[in-house]
Amino acid sequence: MRMTGADAILRALEAEGVEVVFGIPGGAILPTYDAFARGTTVRHVLARHEQGAGHMAEGYARATGKVGVALATSGPGATNLVTPIADAWMDSTPLVCITGQVRTQLIGTDAFQECDIVGVTIPIVKHSWLVQDVRELPGVLKAAFHIARTGRCGPVLVDVPRDVQEAELDFEYPEEPDLPGWHPPKRGHPRQIEAAARAIAAAEKPVLYVGGGVLNGNACAELRELAEVGRLPVITTLMAKGAFPESHELHFGWPGMHGPKWSNWAMNKCDLLVAVGARFDDRVTGKLSAFAPGATVVHLDIDPAEIGKLRRADIPVVGPLPEVLAGIAAELRRLQAEGRKPKTDAWLRQIAEWREEFPLRYSRSGPYLKPQLVLETLRDLTAGRDDVIWTTGVGQHQMWAMQYLVCDRPRSFITSGGLGTMGYGLPAAIGAKAARPEATVICVDGDGCFQMTGQELATAVLEDLPVVVVIVNNGYLGMVQQWQDLFFGQRYSHVHLTHQVPDYAMLAEAYGAAGFTVSSEEELEPALEEALSLGRTAVVDCRVDPHEQCYPMIPAGAAALDLIEAPVDEEVEAR
Amino acid sequence: MKHTLAVLVENKPGALMRISSLFARRGYNIESLAVGPTERHDVSRVTLRVDCEQHPLEQIEKQMHKLVNVLRVAELEPGESVERELALIKVSAPPERRSELLSMAGAFQARVADLGPEAIVFEVVGSPEEVDSFEELVRPHGVKELVRTGRIGLTRASDRKGIKRHQHILR
Repeated sequence: MRMTGADAILRALEAEGVEVVFGIPGGAILPTYDAFARGTTVRHVLARHEQGAGHMAEGYARATGKVGVALATSGPGATNLVTPIADAWMDSTPLVCITGQVRTQLIGTDAFQECDIVGVTIPIVKHSWLVQDVRELPGVLKAAFHIARTGRCGPVLVDVPRDVQEAELDFEYPEEPDLPGWHPPKRGHPRQIEAAARAIAAAEKPVLYVGGGVLNGNACAELRELAEVGRLPVITTLMAKGAFPESHELHFGWPGMHGPKWSNWAMNKCDLLVAVGARFDDRVTGKLSAFAPGATVVHLDIDPAEIGKLRRADIPVVGPLPEVLAGIAAELRRLQAEGRKPKTDAWLRQIAEWREEFPLRYSRSGPYLKPQLVLETLRDLTAGRDDVIWTTGVGQHQMWAMQYLVCDRPRSFITSGGLGTMGYGLPAAIGAKAARPEATVICVDGDGCFQMTGQELATAVLEDLPVVVVIVNNGYLGMVQQWQDLFFGQRYSHVHLTHQVPDYAMLAEAYGAAGFTVSSEEELEPALEEALSLGRTAVVDCRVDPHEQCYPMIPAGAAALDLIEAPVDEEVEAR
Repeated sequence: MKHTLAVLVENKPGALMRISSLFARRGYNIESLAVGPTERHDVSRVTLRVDCEQHPLEQIEKQMHKLVNVLRVAELEPGESVERELALIKVSAPPERRSELLSMAGAFQARVADLGPEAIVFEVVGSPEEVDSFEELVRPHGVKELVRTGRIGLTRASDRKGIKRHQHILR
């Protein structure tokens, strides 16, 4: 069919089953926005900043497993997408960014709002295209969606000059992408799968170290089956929170810098570490040479380049996780039928004992509301509900959210892990709400984070995508303040934001959202309960202890056994 | 330990930039890099000499393989491949030194690409080690300018496996 490049973009989005895109128009992408005006089944959510649009697309992708789509104009519009693209790159989130570019004949002339966004983003995309001929557009978009969601998921960028959007083509959307150089692994090697199963069957102190790849690979059911068949303790990274039910008897917390002692000890003392879609990130391992020093490593991943990148794998299996995990579980069953029963009971009891002995704890003494209590109250208020999606910013509140919230379902905890993008929480929540309108989406944010993308409250209110933002407001860039407290002699250099400015409740009301201010334990539960019951966008400003620190903590570069625990005083209460 | 990699890439804009960006970003050391056309107009061949002191070759190969435009990455193993390099070397050559330089060149089968009153431009083709030797030999005479293409290579004609694999990739 004869149409313009702009219309072709929308027909391609429709053909890919895209329901919603997030973006902001501008000069170089005007023809495409005009195509929206001509009609499409794709919903467009108008963000207030392209970074917001990008994180919304990420939140959408994380909540559904589908590809998120963000749209922006050239120059500053495109550069504002750089942070979400980098974020999606680090967390392997499937993302297609479509940017306008100046007219072909102006490229390279330093034209108004010109930026070589393909060049800028090369280190942080799986692939990218500058479309110079309108006839290439359908094939490029087909390839873009295919690459974003196959193999290890990640971001791609399609840069379309304005004249290419205006030019006409005979539109036909290809069935298959033309990608001679793209061959993601299709199946795990059977012999490796057998070797992995044998190692698991033989282990007395195994641990499943589960990363975000299990969610990206839609392998949660297979993971659960393997854990249950092998009676294997499961430790989920921040990115994998919810990939395995946290109320399950085999779930034993989260590893790394702010993981509890029992999880880190289990990782440290295991004899078999089965890494499943995890990449041995420094925030998980701490000092690499002291990480799980006695363990044989089984590494299951879709990305061959992750094998041996940081830790040598004794038994690598490269392939799609659902098939690999199911294969290992089947082989394990076969070995068990031959009489090799799991011998992990003593190990499971040991980890459970550590959990009893070294629980998460904090003091409720002092004049201030404690941040951990905010998270515990949220957890209790949502207990038993299966419609809640959490998002977070980055920092202390994020770590408390990891420690105190209970996520039993996949894709119910959405956070920025690898890049650590402050400001991710609110737009990601809006994106998740667009994806799952029936869900209750709660963004646990920090005051510093909220101020980085808070303008997206307008998007939530006006696009009818109500979310509840709970600001754990300690008046500081809290995690930076914690490092200054512990490692920089309490010299609090440029981290004080104050509890009062801005007044978040008033700010919320200015945007047409509901605002609540909480400064005491008595106010906390009623305010949260009301905010959650309103069915509209609400901000709950919880003014908490400015110097409450997040424990336990393994200092950067230290070993798991050097973990710093919360200081003990008489009034410490166990979780 | 240094290795030579033969990389076939789609002849698309930015393909080389993606490879060089990968090396820069991950801190891999490139000693030389040569790019040129192949028997297929839509495929280019990149020959890379990499220093694997800090990063294992396997990591480098796997990371390159993830690039969408990269069709194939293979190591050119010494003994199983032919490697060549071309150098142009401008050497000071006052008339009284000329004959000595020309006889040296003869030993290396280096051609005289250009001859001036005070200098000669030699063109030498050979294995990178031969080019090194010639360079060392003329250096005492005063090298005014020098350029080397960086090594290029192919698997040996007797390596049937290599040829078959190559044809398979390009089909």
